[in-house]
Amino acid sequence: MALILNRTAAQGLASAPIKGRSLWADARRRFLRNRAAVASLVVLIAVGLFALLGHLAAAWSNEEIDWSMLGNVAELGAPSLYNGHYFGVDELGRDLFARTVQGTQVSLMVGIVGALVAVVVGTLYGATAGYLGGRVDSVMMRIVDVLIAVPYMFVLIVLLVMFGRSFLMLFIGIGLISWLDMARIVRGQTLSIKNKEFVEAAIATGVRTHTIILRHIVPNLLGVVIVYATLLVPNMIIFESFVSFLGLGVQEPATSWGALINDGAGQMQYGTLWQLGFPLFFFVITLFSFFFVGDGLRDALDPKDR
Amino acid sequence: MALLEVQNLCVSFDTADGAVSALNGVSFSLDAGETVAIVGESGSGKSQTAFAIMGLLARNGRASGEVRFDGTSLLGLSDAALNTVRANQIAMIFQDPMTSLNPYMRVSDQMAEVLQLHKGMSRRAARAECIRMLDAVRIPDAKNRITMFPHEFSGGMRQRVMIAMALLCQPRLLIADEPTTALDVTVQAQIMDLLSDIRRDFGTALILITHDLGIVAGACARTLVMYGGQIMESGPTGALFDAPSHPYTAGLLDAVPRLDRDDDALRSIAGEPPDMLRLPRGCPFSPRCALARDICADQRPALDPFDTARHRACHAPREEVS
Amino acid sequence: MTSFILRRLAVAIPTILALIVISFILMYSAPGTPFTTERALPPEVMANLEAKYGLDQPFLVQLWRYVSGVVFAFDFGPSFLYKDRSVADIIRQGFPVTLTYGFWSFVVAAVVGITLGVLAAIYHNSWLDYLAVGVTVGAQVLPNFVMAPILVLVFTLWLGWLPGGGWQGGAWPYLVMPVIALSTSYMASIARLTRSSMLETLNANFIRTARAKGLPMRRVVIRHALKPALLPVISYLGPTFVGMITGSVVIDIYFSTGGIGMFLVNAAFNRDYSIIMGITILTGVLTILFNLAVDVIYAWIDPKIRL
Repeated sequence: MALILNRTAAQGLASAPIKGRSLWADARRRFLRNRAAVASLVVLIAVGLFALLGHLAAAWSNEEIDWSMLGNVAELGAPSLYNGHYFGVDELGRDLFARTVQGTQVSLMVGIVGALVAVVVGTLYGATAGYLGGRVDSVMMRIVDVLIAVPYMFVLIVLLVMFGRSFLMLFIGIGLISWLDMARIVRGQTLSIKNKEFVEAAIATGVRTHTIILRHIVPNLLGVVIVYATLLVPNMIIFESFVSFLGLGVQEPATSWGALINDGAGQMQYGTLWQLGFPLFFFVITLFSFFFVGDGLRDALDPKDR
Repeated sequence: MALLEVQNLCVSFDTADGAVSALNGVSFSLDAGETVAIVGESGSGKSQTAFAIMGLLARNGRASGEVRFDGTSLLGLSDAALNTVRANQIAMIFQDPMTSLNPYMRVSDQMAEVLQLHKGMSRRAARAECIRMLDAVRIPDAKNRITMFPHEFSGGMRQRVMIAMALLCQPRLLIADEPTTALDVTVQAQIMDLLSDIRRDFGTALILITHDLGIVAGACARTLVMYGGQIMESGPTGALFDAPSHPYTAGLLDAVPRLDRDDDALRSIAGEPPDMLRLPRGCPFSPRCALARDICADQRPALDPFDTARHRACHAPREEVS
Repeated sequence: MTSFILRRLAVAIPTILALIVISFILMYSAPGTPFTTERALPPEVMANLEAKYGLDQPFLVQLWRYVSGVVFAFDFGPSFLYKDRSVADIIRQGFPVTLTYGFWSFVVAAVVGITLGVLAAIYHNSWLDYLAVGVTVGAQVLPNFVMAPILVLVFTLWLGWLPGGGWQGGAWPYLVMPVIALSTSYMASIARLTRSSMLETLNANFIRTARAKGLPMRRVVIRHALKPALLPVISYLGPTFVGMITGSVVIDIYFSTGGIGMFLVNAAFNRDYSIIMGITILTGVLTILFNLAVDVIYAWIDPKIRL
């Protein structure tokens, strides 16, 4: 450790005049050196473009049934550039390419919305609890403890059954769960930040509490929050896919990776493996990439781990 | 024959930025019962010297050269063979007593396992011996406190436990790596007293690694000054402090705050500690040295003997160093 | 230690009660009753049915009946879907199945995960480490609903080694695929967690002290490093357990194992709230008790929270 400090100090000296290198610039440099993380970022961008622009390349819409295929999917429905079904068709003769594009949009959106809810609600809740401390803190965290003990998968199923299946319900259900862990992590981090001198200085100069939380605490939580949010996205995608796998997620003709994987798994005994393969491929590489990017960000933002 | 002989010891670490050499040809020797201090700034390689002797370098570290203990070469030794030397022949005390004891184990278990391992003692006998040793390092109520966990002890008490643990097998050499740095000033003095008493009672040889010149004077007969992974000068502590023969030693001594000087500014050595990745080809201190000349940047000065038992590695004539 | 457990229990019991009350309120406020889904019934029949099941009583009376029934008699009310069976009967039938494969999945995930993680950390940067990291990174993106079809594809459709579903009282050929499907992603998470925490522990100063004492590496790891390295893993065991139970939904559907997951999904599609709530409550209670056990183990290992 001492060695590393000396080295960076000396490097600073060598590139005189000494330029203050911001923490973020430093983190970016470390992240870009992590090849797996950078490659994963490229993959994620590619998947994102696929979701946004894929429909432009599709020859068929996701609802249209190719009647020439119906009833003969196993023989005729395989992926083909010739008839415009790049990924083949599903058991109803619908174009799998268009359906995969649409499913990718839904899954990515669910993941990102879930993570955003977690970031906003979890950060504010955790920061408030950690900053205020004492009785407020213990009550607020007790609530989180109770909520974490609830078997959420079941509650989400109940919600979807009671109020009908809809995007809104799905987002509400996922949002309800996603922020809990974030709140805990943020609270722990806040506890250590609030004893730092700059917070005491702010208190001493009479800055109001909510201003301190938003101006001083939250920006310093950013690193942890970003890393955790990146790791949360794939978990939310898994979560949604699980629900869709049970047939409780988005409604036809809309689809998602989980629903497509479920369809594909149900059909694989008839030999139409492309139905399982393509959605599974997108699911797996996206999750892979999110995990790698998350790990890369953690290593970049938290140099003590090196 | 010397108890410990270190010859041309080099240590380097493989890092993402290339190989960093932490030690570049360190040589010294130590007789049975002798005391030597190794002083220098952090990063000068003093701790790495100790780790290399004990075979405790980090995973990416490699040592070359020669370390002989009682005639046996330690560097090429297998882990199993080295384990019979560690604690048994050479014991070590670490810098931070807060983190150097296992927080999840009772002190009794941590201490007793040394005796059980090296002396084949029963648990009960080992425990009795541990209590005796805790008494020896002046831990009050040792019999009851031995079953406590480390976090139930104060910092100074923990360092006493470390010392007691290191002495259990009555090693012939004790290496103390900054034993007082993490402690309060008042506790520092107690620990240093304890170390010199112990040394006298057990006849153990001692290598004291420190950046605090203040504690060296009373504790060690001989001093090595290190900089940039090399020895700058060595000699009897008194002579070396009275008349430093190397500009770096002179700078170090000058940086010690004193009450008998009328200026109240803190003095320091200009410049930064060396970049171990890009050491100068010549003397590592040359970029910061007021007496540096052309040859200093190109050629490493040899550690040459002068006077009685003194050595210096410097191109500048001795008269120029005040 | 006893007072620590008692204090934890004092928190756990109100939590369980709150869970039951919340479940009931959800159930009560759900739109429609189970009877609304069937063809329109004459009003007098409807009133009869509601009277029979006590649905015409005031809210508080119903709440008290439900809560006291659950707490004192393990009675979650009648099932509306399975006409002549109570929810408790269904739970008694389904839970043992779920707990059987859940238990084995839990054991496999914990034992394989921890072993793999420890070995990877000890042989850091060796081929074993790279292999373990590769396997666990891959396994992390294979949740149970992805593993299940892949396993069936390979072992049933291609190789023909294992039956594609069924339970047969838990005979091992019927157990293998559910257990692998359920445990894989958790095994991976546990292995990764163990590896990073073991690596951090092995860099700790007290490990250097242990090595300086001349202890052989094996002993350093077992005596000094294992406990602290497993602390974060132990707190992950709670979520793992929950995952095993909720995962039964996928396992039961995919492998026709007949655990609570099957009943839950059937109930969900048929608006049979009493089954859903019964299973939710029981799972929640098990989760709370499991977390309590985890807390106790944690306190037992970490001397700093011994109170």
